[in-house]
Amino acid sequence: MKLLIKGGRVVDPASGRDALGDVYVADGKIAQPSGTPDRTIDARGLVVAPGFIDLAARLREPGYEHKATLESEMDAAVAGGVTSLACPPDTDPPLDEPGLVDMLRRRAKALSRARVYPVGALTVKLEGKRLTEMAELAEAGCVAFSQANTQVADTQVLWRALQYAATFGLPVWLRAEDAWLAKGGVAHDGEVATRLGLPGIPAFAETIALAQLFELVRATGARAHVCRISSAAGVAMLRRAKHDGLPLTCDVGIHHLHLSDMDLGYFDSHCRIEPPLRSQRDREALAAALADGTIDCAVSDHAPVDEDQKLLPFAEAEPGATGLELLLPLALKWGMEKKLTLAQTLARITSEPARILGVQSGRIEPGAPADLALFEPQAAWRVTPAALKSQGKNTPFLGLELVGRVRTTLVAGNVVYQA
Amino acid sequence: MQRNPQLDANGELQHLLSIEGLPRETLLKILDTAESFAGVTERDIKKVPLLRGKSVFNLFFEGSTRTRTTFEIAAKRLSADVINLNVAVSSTSKGESLLDTVANLSAMQADIFVVRHASSGAPFLVARHVKPHEHVINAGDGRHAHPTQGLLDLYTIRHYKKDFGALTVAIVGDVLHSRVARSLIHGLTTLGVPEVRVIGPQTLIPPGATALGVRVLHSMAEGLKGCDVVVMLRLQNERMSGSLLPSAQEFNKHYGLSAEKLALAKPDAIVMHPGPMNRGVEIDSAVADGPHSVILPQVTFGIAVRMAVMSMIAGG
Repeated sequence: MKLLIKGGRVVDPASGRDALGDVYVADGKIAQPSGTPDRTIDARGLVVAPGFIDLAARLREPGYEHKATLESEMDAAVAGGVTSLACPPDTDPPLDEPGLVDMLRRRAKALSRARVYPVGALTVKLEGKRLTEMAELAEAGCVAFSQANTQVADTQVLWRALQYAATFGLPVWLRAEDAWLAKGGVAHDGEVATRLGLPGIPAFAETIALAQLFELVRATGARAHVCRISSAAGVAMLRRAKHDGLPLTCDVGIHHLHLSDMDLGYFDSHCRIEPPLRSQRDREALAAALADGTIDCAVSDHAPVDEDQKLLPFAEAEPGATGLELLLPLALKWGMEKKLTLAQTLARITSEPARILGVQSGRIEPGAPADLALFEPQAAWRVTPAALKSQGKNTPFLGLELVGRVRTTLVAGNVVYQA
Repeated sequence: MQRNPQLDANGELQHLLSIEGLPRETLLKILDTAESFAGVTERDIKKVPLLRGKSVFNLFFEGSTRTRTTFEIAAKRLSADVINLNVAVSSTSKGESLLDTVANLSAMQADIFVVRHASSGAPFLVARHVKPHEHVINAGDGRHAHPTQGLLDLYTIRHYKKDFGALTVAIVGDVLHSRVARSLIHGLTTLGVPEVRVIGPQTLIPPGATALGVRVLHSMAEGLKGCDVVVMLRLQNERMSGSLLPSAQEFNKHYGLSAEKLALAKPDAIVMHPGPMNRGVEIDSAVADGPHSVILPQVTFGIAVRMAVMSMIAGG
């Protein structure tokens, strides 16, 4: 099967290429031009980019099918141009056994939409006490190990977990948050939380955890990826640690690039997300750090939540926001604000996360998987429940207009979404 | 930012959710209206017909006999029908959600919901989901706000001190957890009080408190000096010993209001407390029952203030 994607603006962040042209696909891979295509896709007016790679998207299976299903969220992924996603282990039960991982991968594969890369639990039941069988889990397909939004409070266990992961060369993806300092908190510990009377999580809950993590990485040689960094002070520490040569990578949630605690307004539970939205100054530091490369990539941190769990007082509302379908428009918005080229912008959701994940996709060059997103960069659309395929309609951007809409998504050369 | 949800399109009070964001004129109008009701509460027949035929639902998701009672008395003096629901021990224990409870009561033709809830912001959620003719009064939500308490505090201060423009007010104790403090601070700054101080150990002062327009002090000796008004906050039992404070005794020694400490304030200073008091912890009996105390008048004024709020939002 040969495919020709004709006349689009081909943007390949990995090489910096940004030019009108054609993309040839053969046997599910990007190919050199040769022979007559079996099918041609007219891409005039569209950007042809590598499919987006999202390092944090919850599919809610197993266990939370009332919030979302694999079907609904895989639809959302490809509608958002996301062709590869890593799913955190915070399912029920958590992804702490090879059987569960295997089942998830089979279910995902059967749907033949986006590629799913499970992230295994670092500790059994994510309780932070006992290590999981990481080597077994890796064999079953786990690409990394994490605690999702929970913490290993016992530093002894964290140290051992990093040692063990390092033994097998397995990456560990952790959110940096001191469990004790964050206990009970639901908002950034600042003026807004004080005014609204919401229990706060100080920024030093992040920096203290980062300091601890950096020391443990130094001691163990583990490959650590910092998830969802949230504060200016955290960014400064990360910059120093990377400068010192620690083997670190880092991501930021797409919402944290655009929103701050001011957006909580009058207790908008859609802004109840983890880590909390911090101050305007923190937001600016995150946006700048993603631009200068201190933060490697942006993630949707997709967390579909059913409406009832958001129709609660702020602190009681379930944290999380739907994000797969907002990843592109929010990345474009960030890139515009930072005056970056389209290739530079898209790198944060294609080639950079591909590098962290260690996969061949995320680039348009012969031999790479033909995972592609064809999108209209100027198309404005309103974020409404009906416009979202995800079962989760929970987003602080509900009712707002965003720019950038995916028209066609291909995975391994197959059209998996067509608007 | 959304429009202030407690004002309608004409800027009139639709709900009372927080003092924050209310214009000075609105606050003064509430105080003036309360003053006109103060007479009613002293008459033989303590009733006016302003809310006749209206139903007030006291919806208390968190127990409080005192506040609920004052709302009940205020509503009855306005001739409303009052229904008390101690929701803390009924529907929510059966798993019913806050909004379902409200929807059910709404189907019983409510006009005013008086809501107390342990979660900050809960009355805002209710206000967003009630019908246009229904009104919500926040009777205390988490650490966030207790606007009628704040208003009665303002009323008390005006009653004794007349002019807000030259006052020094100190709020003492557990500011971190206090919705009373937050509401009063917004009221005082809106009405132009030049110096509002909060006094307490660092563990009980919220971060960024200065952004509320107050001076933060950690010593009573410094903080009480020259004060016209001293507001003592209640210290909850469970917070007296643990990671916030070592003991009630040590708190009392440093931050409890004794006659000696009160002597640092102006000679005609008034002492307030939202109740219920912990005698010997945040306030000594000599002060609570002494000549500077206006703690009981606060309770009386509270009824007039709540009558004013209810009549203004639902009596039109």
